[in-house]
Amino acid sequence: MNVIPISRAKRRLGTVSVPNVTLAHGGGGKAMKDLIDDVFISVFDGEGASALEDQARIDLLSLTKLGDRIAFTTDAFVVDPLFFPGGDIGKLAICGTINDLAVGGAKPLYISCAAIIEEGVSVDLLRKIARSMAETARAAGVRIVTGDTKVVHKGACDKVFLTTTGIGVIAECISLGVDRARPGDVVLVNGLLGDHGAAILGARGDMALDSPIVSDCASLHGLIADLLKAAPNTRAIRDATRGGIATVLNEIADASGVSISVDEEHTPIRPEVKGFCEILGLDPLYIANEGKLVAVVPPEEADAALRALRSDPLGQDAEIIGEVGRGEPGRVTMRTVFGGVRIVDMLVGEQLPRIC
Amino acid sequence: MKYVDEFRDRDRAKSLVKEIAALVSEIDIAKDRPIAIMEVCGGHTHSIFRYGIEGMLPKEIELVHGPGCPVCVLPMGRIDDCVAVAEQPNVICTTFGDAMRVPGSRKSLLQAKASGADIRMVYSPMDALALARKNPNREVVFFGIGFETTMPSTALTILQAEAEGVTNFSVFCNHITIVPTIKAILDDPDMQIDGFLGPGHVSMVIGTNPYEFVAHYYNRPMVVAGFEPLDVLQSIWMVLKQIKDGRAEIENQYTRIVPEEGNAQALDAVYKVYELREFFEWRGLGSIEHSGVRIRDAYAQYDAERKFAMPHLKVADPHACQCGGVLKGLIKPWQCQVFGTACTPETPLGALMVSSEGACAAYYQYGGIKKQAVAS
Repeated sequence: MNVIPISRAKRRLGTVSVPNVTLAHGGGGKAMKDLIDDVFISVFDGEGASALEDQARIDLLSLTKLGDRIAFTTDAFVVDPLFFPGGDIGKLAICGTINDLAVGGAKPLYISCAAIIEEGVSVDLLRKIARSMAETARAAGVRIVTGDTKVVHKGACDKVFLTTTGIGVIAECISLGVDRARPGDVVLVNGLLGDHGAAILGARGDMALDSPIVSDCASLHGLIADLLKAAPNTRAIRDATRGGIATVLNEIADASGVSISVDEEHTPIRPEVKGFCEILGLDPLYIANEGKLVAVVPPEEADAALRALRSDPLGQDAEIIGEVGRGEPGRVTMRTVFGGVRIVDMLVGEQLPRIC
Repeated sequence: MKYVDEFRDRDRAKSLVKEIAALVSEIDIAKDRPIAIMEVCGGHTHSIFRYGIEGMLPKEIELVHGPGCPVCVLPMGRIDDCVAVAEQPNVICTTFGDAMRVPGSRKSLLQAKASGADIRMVYSPMDALALARKNPNREVVFFGIGFETTMPSTALTILQAEAEGVTNFSVFCNHITIVPTIKAILDDPDMQIDGFLGPGHVSMVIGTNPYEFVAHYYNRPMVVAGFEPLDVLQSIWMVLKQIKDGRAEIENQYTRIVPEEGNAQALDAVYKVYELREFFEWRGLGSIEHSGVRIRDAYAQYDAERKFAMPHLKVADPHACQCGGVLKGLIKPWQCQVFGTACTPETPLGALMVSSEGACAAYYQYGGIKKQAVAS
């Protein structure tokens, strides 16, 4: 593929000698160039990276060979803490963007990254983040081809914010959409729910829980490709990030004008996350995931889809959690372990812990 | 989950529901009126909706969601006072999570935080005390809310602050007591409650004896209930059994947690630190005699009401709001004129829409199934 990546030159690898970022690193001069060269370009995939341009240039022909539509997405990352069990903001940004492309059926190819850095942040911390981004992208076969940095005054942002934009290509045969769910379809998830949100809450440490929960942060494009091979008529896939699976199920039910019922007994949640939610008065259905998808597939492909998911380590705990029905359009219900039925609505604002 | 799943067993639930139905068929029920059982505590309301219990019960039973959500009954004036303190320059205001969204007359704590006040969510008053230790140059105020369940932990925190000599910590005390409120409901001429599920966690502190008047003077059965769904079902069965037998007693279903005499240590701390207020204002219910506590003179230095200037204005509930009717069990949440229209969880008018324990928010979030069945 003829790609001319990395916007800024790698002619002379500058080095940053000071331990912390200052406003000078955002000033547009040598300090800024050194920061970008040393911290970012030196670790990002530099193959053929000798262009002196302000943009990455992507050969159109190479894209059209892969499919007939470009998928294009952007996402901002402001996670606190920056490093948590199972990941960090860099890995999160790359996986998040890859997943946003992949759930549309696209093969993820290129990513851009903009970093907003608070003055005073240590350069080593930035290096760790950049290295994590580079490793995650390389492992996923995706390239970080352009980027930008800005340094802001102390207090104007919280250490580091990242924005990543991704481009991928969707093959002709694939056609996924949240409005395509039909009565009789089955609903699957690829594994244990709520790990990321619980890991982040635990890592913040403000509730003194010694939680062993690790974020599920992962790139799902390989798993999704396998799923689509096994179940080519898959109707919709969504990654269940903020708002958890409850939000995704509501979006699908709403857009497709169908009802969805899920079974609590078959909804996979690890005991640690259940316990965590019990203590804090949170509902795991609304807790964020970073490596979990919800897929709606026609009933005749359900078994094949489940097998495909379970044969991948990222889907080994996959389950069929429910089905699409003809009930009130947009309504999501859950048959509880107890035998009752409850409504699973959209979350209104932030989930706030109950007092007692 | 060990020790929890046992209380959520589907098969046991099925047989209990059967037994409840059998019991109901033996009770002489007036055709136009179901048996109304009020769960006093918001924790029960949450369990009932979370597990879909209401939809499992025979239609002759109506669950009335009572006033036991401490967040729901906070009047606007008290929120305004808390916002006024939080907006003072050197203050760090700390609060339990779901109090953040309760509307004041000007703004909620969440809105005050957005406009710059330093308001932080904590899980325990001890976290607030830790903040005070860490920030000796700031004034840390804890927004103390809740029934007897949370009262002891606030009291113990004040005692701890005193023992350590921490002087930059205080409590804005809005703690309330459940017994006068149950009495106020029973005294209401419109009252149509046949039996009560008593609050489990409050009783863990105060024991079961303080409820005796419910049985003796008002001739209503009460069963102190646990919060797991099987606890709730079993307690409903126990209330029905009393009704069938023509008994009115205080029974304890939650024996694994609730001792008859309560928790002496917790009660000691409570009596040491607080005294009863003459009156306390409740949203939707108005002023109720001896229903709130304040911090005693001996601990005045930890009392935010004495430490800070507060407007102390009484703010009337919004005119269209029918929280009071819902709290007393006179109307169902969806019968309120603003339910789901002017009053939603995004823009709550009344406090019952704020906390997930509030009857209206619970209906909005989890309900609907029974409601539809009733409507159709």
